[in-house]
Amino acid sequence: MRLRVLFFGVLRDRFSAEERLEQFPGRTVADLLGYYRAVAPELGTLWGTLAVAVNQQYAAGNVELKQDDEVALLPPVSGGAPCVRNHAG
Amino acid sequence: MQVELVYNVIHTQTITGRLKAGEDGAVTVFDGIVRNNTKGRQTLYLDYTAHKSMALQQMQTLADDAVARFGVRDVAMVHRLGRLEVGETSILIAVASAHRGVTFDACRWLIDTLKKQVPIWKQEFFVDGAVWAPGEPFPAELQADSPFSQR
Repeated sequence: MRLRVLFFGVLRDRFSAEERLEQFPGRTVADLLGYYRAVAPELGTLWGTLAVAVNQQYAAGNVELKQDDEVALLPPVSGGAPCVRNHAG
Repeated sequence: MQVELVYNVIHTQTITGRLKAGEDGAVTVFDGIVRNNTKGRQTLYLDYTAHKSMALQQMQTLADDAVARFGVRDVAMVHRLGRLEVGETSILIAVASAHRGVTFDACRWLIDTLKKQVPIWKQEFFVDGAVWAPGEPFPAELQADSPFSQR
């Protein structure tokens, strides 16, 4: 199936902003995450913290993808005022 | 209800002025500004990016929810994207209602929720390099990998 995949935040250091996946072999959101995790395993624990939006709606891992869906991979968000919280890593 | 993403300076007084109505007794304003350091590291500027259409949709939903949940009369929520200098406003949230209590509560809830789930990211540029700000963890139900969201 063909998908349009969007990357945001820190993922932009590794991927381009947008990628057309012509022949995605999987079926679900979790499959897509697994696919990219295998492409960039060096991103480590980041993969477990992502949210995914399918056609601009947050989607759980078991959501089924369809031809020409827009799938956005979203790292934890940091909008708003700069954050004072200590990040223990 | 004013909900926007903008690339230019946010004019706090114009937005809050437009929000006020005769029946209001209070407007609570949260003005989020760019700090000059993160944990002592000197900040030069920030660069905000967003999944724009989704972020706008999410902000609109939050504004609607704030009215429904807290019973406030109206909400303005404007987030700026692109490069922001120290001291500039990145987010303005203003909540108007007849009585102050709910405006404080709604305003606090709006900024706290926005920071967890509206898809906007911040890259911080320091004198000695740049980093993507570590975001707040998503609520478990939004994480794609979460046990809550699996079949």
